[in-house]
Amino acid sequence: MPQTIDELQQRLAAADYIASRGLATAAFLALRMGRPLLLEGEAGTGKTEIAKVLAAVLGRQLIRLQCYEGLDLAAAAYEWNYPRQMIEIRLAEAGGAADRERLAADIFAERFLIRRPLLQALQGDPQAPPVLLIDELDRTDEPFEAYLLEVLSDFQLSIPELGTICAASAPIVVLTSNRTREIHDAVKRRCLYHWVDYPDAARELEIVRRKAPGAAERLSREIVGFVQRLRGEDLFKLPGVAETIDWTRSLMELDRICLDPQTINDTLGVLLKYQDDIARIKGSEAASILAQVQAELAAGS
Amino acid sequence: MSLLRMPEASSGRLAENVLHFGRVLRAAGMPVGTHQVLAALEALRHAGIGRREDFYWTLASVFIDRREQRELFDQAFHMFWRDPDLLGRILHMMLPRVEGLQPERDKANRRLQEAFGRGAPEAPRLEQQAEREIEIDALLSFSSRELLQRMDFEAMTAAELAAARQLIARLRLPLREARTRRLAPDPRGRHIDRRATLKAAIASYGDVIPLRRAAPLRVPPPLVILVDISGSMSRYARMFLHFVHALSNARRRVSVLLFGTRLTPITRELRQRDVDIALERVSARVADWAGGTRIGICLRDFNRLWSRRLLGQNACVLLLTDGLDREGCDCLAAEMERLHKSCRQLIWLNPLLRYDGFEPRAAGILAMRPHVDLFLPAHNLESLAELGRILAQPVAAQREEARAA
Repeated sequence: MPQTIDELQQRLAAADYIASRGLATAAFLALRMGRPLLLEGEAGTGKTEIAKVLAAVLGRQLIRLQCYEGLDLAAAAYEWNYPRQMIEIRLAEAGGAADRERLAADIFAERFLIRRPLLQALQGDPQAPPVLLIDELDRTDEPFEAYLLEVLSDFQLSIPELGTICAASAPIVVLTSNRTREIHDAVKRRCLYHWVDYPDAARELEIVRRKAPGAAERLSREIVGFVQRLRGEDLFKLPGVAETIDWTRSLMELDRICLDPQTINDTLGVLLKYQDDIARIKGSEAASILAQVQAELAAGS
Repeated sequence: MSLLRMPEASSGRLAENVLHFGRVLRAAGMPVGTHQVLAALEALRHAGIGRREDFYWTLASVFIDRREQRELFDQAFHMFWRDPDLLGRILHMMLPRVEGLQPERDKANRRLQEAFGRGAPEAPRLEQQAEREIEIDALLSFSSRELLQRMDFEAMTAAELAAARQLIARLRLPLREARTRRLAPDPRGRHIDRRATLKAAIASYGDVIPLRRAAPLRVPPPLVILVDISGSMSRYARMFLHFVHALSNARRRVSVLLFGTRLTPITRELRQRDVDIALERVSARVADWAGGTRIGICLRDFNRLWSRRLLGQNACVLLLTDGLDREGCDCLAAEMERLHKSCRQLIWLNPLLRYDGFEPRAAGILAMRPHVDLFLPAHNLESLAELGRILAQPVAAQREEARAA
């Protein structure tokens, strides 16, 4: 467990995750205070990634719950193994005068329980509790959020047939949301909140260097400059860090060592995912942004 | 108590200041509770107060819980922690206003004013015939209600407006529900509820296994309402806001945005139960009331900034506008198309439909017309009731109706 924010930031960096001071502080507090960390932000800004890196850095198991509309208890927490229960009933029948009272108790025993992510996270190794990643919480519906409240506030879960299951030690919980709807205030209240923003140029350059180590220095600088300027444009969907990395890698595949208008036009689909946006930027707009970026870099060096 | 064990000797002062800071944020409109102040103190114990930046982010992670609060927090933080006294003075200046809200008294004031006949001075004088028609008695008999329902909002006196408001508040919407992927017990459902089945089987020790069934749960879809509040629409918009208020209090997941020359989200303001207070807060929020219209620009902003947040999960969009765009409409058609394609259903309520034989000639209307599922009149109460009815129908039936109209 890191002792200072600096230490956490360094350890994340050692695992190739360049966290902003704000995110590192929020994550540090979440670890120390044992509170869930709620990360909101645009797609591709590294919300899911930090949970993975945290698990790796701390040497914990990562348990991931991917949310979707209609996600229910059976998929999120636990489910009874119905086929096995049926067989158990039939076997008891075939065995003749089985003790019926005992059968009822047997059917809902722990060995018929199928553990899903939430339950797994509560029953993890008490010495090194796992990292529970609840991804894209905004995709679920409100009934699931209400259920999640019980889990997040007390780290316990009720199974009517078995009783309440408490975590021996609380898991590290990271929730992410792309904000396709507002998360309920009651959930937010239990969490530490951080809005994951697009990184500034220096941090993005560092990220590109780490994630695409083979890229030419000039190419990386131009890419970062270009993407940073693109985020100032009036686009429907701005490119995230994930797109920057993808773009760098694809330009490396094409053996480019610097940007030119033609290459940008040909590979713009890696960066922008909406036809309107591509049509807007393609051609003269891209060329003029590139010219600005190159002029800026020339002035800088 | 743990929060007294602060790292610094001056911990008492720090705790006090954090508490004070929490109060400042609350006064400035952020929903800061005691639990957050306590959490902030605990967080500071862990993070330390050695670096200003860390201090900032520590407080931010506790006090902020949505992105919009960042700027407010940022300003408050820099003002407060540079010179708490300065902020204290500002707070002091703000306090009378904040405490002076006293909704009950305000409300009473307005109603008192109305009682003395000074309310709604902007109500236009009625023509003589209408003057005769509106001799309603205070009890609002059935026939007078009938009359009200057909009156145009633009020609209503303060008394009638009040009556109409009451009528709207009483309007019940038989809302149509959308199918979700979540299952709920239902004896005639198509799915088998295995858990319930097994439980029922155990009750008879496995002798019989009675099938328990489940069906997809139905919930009302989210509703997004865009209201035009430009000059030509102001009268309707006011009335429609009453309807929207009744609506957003009656069901969940209703988001409301106003637009004239820019977009203003007012969902939170409308949550206030009392309609007068809610609308007062709305008018305090809105800067472009009864000004010009820039429908195209506003729709573009909505598509860019809000659509992904509000239009998920099969949302329906209600658009209340006369379609008269002041700024030409080169982007209007494209933005309407985008809006139409990103929601489940787009319903346009247009007060201009009141004129019999209305033919859309304005360029704005022509540009928007092809991209709506339903085009409805919205100029009197009768059509608002109509709206409630339409919203409750299945989609297919609505299309039929639109074609017939």
